[in-house]
Amino acid sequence: MAFNYDKYLRLQKMPTLWCWGCGDGVILKAFVRAIEKMDISQDDVCVVSGIGCSGRFSSYVDFNTVHTTHGRTIAYATGIKLADPSKMVVCVAGDGDALAIGGNHTIHGCRRNIDMTMIVINNFIYGLTNSQTSPTTPKGMWTVSQKAGNIDPTFDTCDLAIASGASFVARESMLDPKKLEKVMIKSMQHKGFSMMEVLSNCHINLGRKNKMVSAMENLEWIDSITTPKRKYDAMTEEEQLNILPTGILKQDTEADEYCDMYAEIQKVHQGERKKITQDDFAKKI
Amino acid sequence: MAFDKMELRDIEVWDGNFAAAQAMRQVQIDVVAAYPITPSTPIVEGYAKFLADGYVEGEFVMVESEHAAMSGCIGAAAAGGRVATATSSQGFALMVETLYQSSGMRLPIVLNVVNRALAAPLNVNGDHSDMYLGRDSGWIQLDAYSPQEAYDLNFIAFKVSEDHDVRLPCMVHQDGFMTSHTAQGVKTFTDEVAYDFVGEYKPMNDMLDLDHPVTHGVQTEEDWHFEHKARQHNDLMTKVMPKIQEVFDAFEELSGRKYNIVEQYDMDDADVAVVCMGTSVETAREVAKEMRAEGIKAGVVGIRVLRPYPFAQIIEALKDIKSIAALDRSSPNGAPGMLFNELAGALYNTDSKATLSGYVYGLGGRDLTKAHLTDLYKELQANADAGKVLTPLQQFIGVRGPKLTFL
Repeated sequence: MAFNYDKYLRLQKMPTLWCWGCGDGVILKAFVRAIEKMDISQDDVCVVSGIGCSGRFSSYVDFNTVHTTHGRTIAYATGIKLADPSKMVVCVAGDGDALAIGGNHTIHGCRRNIDMTMIVINNFIYGLTNSQTSPTTPKGMWTVSQKAGNIDPTFDTCDLAIASGASFVARESMLDPKKLEKVMIKSMQHKGFSMMEVLSNCHINLGRKNKMVSAMENLEWIDSITTPKRKYDAMTEEEQLNILPTGILKQDTEADEYCDMYAEIQKVHQGERKKITQDDFAKKI
Repeated sequence: MAFDKMELRDIEVWDGNFAAAQAMRQVQIDVVAAYPITPSTPIVEGYAKFLADGYVEGEFVMVESEHAAMSGCIGAAAAGGRVATATSSQGFALMVETLYQSSGMRLPIVLNVVNRALAAPLNVNGDHSDMYLGRDSGWIQLDAYSPQEAYDLNFIAFKVSEDHDVRLPCMVHQDGFMTSHTAQGVKTFTDEVAYDFVGEYKPMNDMLDLDHPVTHGVQTEEDWHFEHKARQHNDLMTKVMPKIQEVFDAFEELSGRKYNIVEQYDMDDADVAVVCMGTSVETAREVAKEMRAEGIKAGVVGIRVLRPYPFAQIIEALKDIKSIAALDRSSPNGAPGMLFNELAGALYNTDSKATLSGYVYGLGGRDLTKAHLTDLYKELQANADAGKVLTPLQQFIGVRGPKLTFL
């Protein structure tokens, strides 16, 4: 029997505002299937979204949802998680949202390793406002803010998350929704900060002026710049240039999770343990 | 000049955003630092296109947030550049910290604000919440009611703002979508005429004048802070209005288009008047004419300069009016409304015996219809006849559900 998404969607909000052929719908469906497989109550899930096309996520899915301001998903989500660490908190943001205006929150969410999943839908452009350069727009591409060609260097979302201290980092594209669903489950089951980058298409506002007029052409380009991590690792440095590895790129189950650490602070306050000192940590600096 | 000139028709069909972008091109800005936000994005997008096509010489940088955009503008202005950008709503809200920086450092920056509601709930349509948010920031605020005015007021903004007696940043407001995305005929200037009106920018106290090095924004505590703020307020209260009037006069001489600090329509013999801003002014003007056919001597007052507040001009405009309505397009959130309060403040110590009632309308892009204004004028006439306000002091117009009134 075909999967019935209705239970998880706010049907009165349908149809979505996403363009025909947009990857956001594929990602939303993979997310819903992942939740179903995780066998978790809808009431125990909180979806926090920012601004942009991805921001609509919180309107469409029937969980506890918050539509926040641009770039601030992690800041809001941190409050939610600390108030009730038993809930599963998922942030959904775009590349502009997560890496430009909200870049600071992203690196500090990763640094704290607070237990939440951040799904960054990376379509390499500001789509909703019609094609301005985002922090992931490849150099040399055409955007409305850089019509002579983009000169801004790009962020690698996953490298940034790894360097900032996220304990789970994965990248998938919407080309393989089944694999995306599996990795999403792992990212949400992981305890600690999970960065889940999902590459998606925006043939309307990225593709149209960059020789990828149709969704398929945009997806073929995404296919051409991605390869599974196992294959990527076997490649020479020269071959790795311009290729983004997919799959789980980092998984550290030992790292201290922030809510757990905070529980230790509460124990100090309640006189159940001594103050926390540097000796409590293996790594001193 | 190394860049190309653009041949414009005498009248072009532009929306408010494009009109503002064209004005920004014609004054030849040195630096635009911007971040996209609906509905103001097309202004900086238009500017970026002019740059890419070789029509402007300056630099355009797309930064990582509105906070960074205004910060970049402040840096460029402090270094001695002619600087402008555009934003709306949440972006404007994020800029607020830096708005106070730019006015406190006396940096002449022009900010096009395409008015839009403030979240939550999220809304991209027009109301005046963001304009109200900026009103204590020390900026000059000009309000355009149409694309033509958005074009004209940009030139006026640069000329006022960059004057050495003023040296204060200036916002040019227009209504989100209703002005910004509605195309109308706009009478244009040639590039030479436009540039010559504003003139070459001569910075004062810029950082890159190496013979006279300066610092901007240094810390002052109880020792000097008050004096700085008092001086800034003094200049806003005494120097800005005469300069605005001077520039309005010069602009009229150049273009034939007359702007007033407080706009008055059918006010010569009016008994009742609506005071409002933005696109509502045009609707109110039309209704006022219709009311006159019904025997109500109706007039309209449009606030053209919101900051500095036109205290004397408001008193003059309303001195013979019997009944006044203040129309606020921003949720007053626990107060009678900004225009209501400020009109009351202006009229209190005068001989005016006018009644004053407040109306809150059009939040989040809700239309203000002619029917609303017809009813409103009739209420004003009844107030004028009775010599007192017969309705509650604060009424919401056009909101669904039972009629909402307060005070």
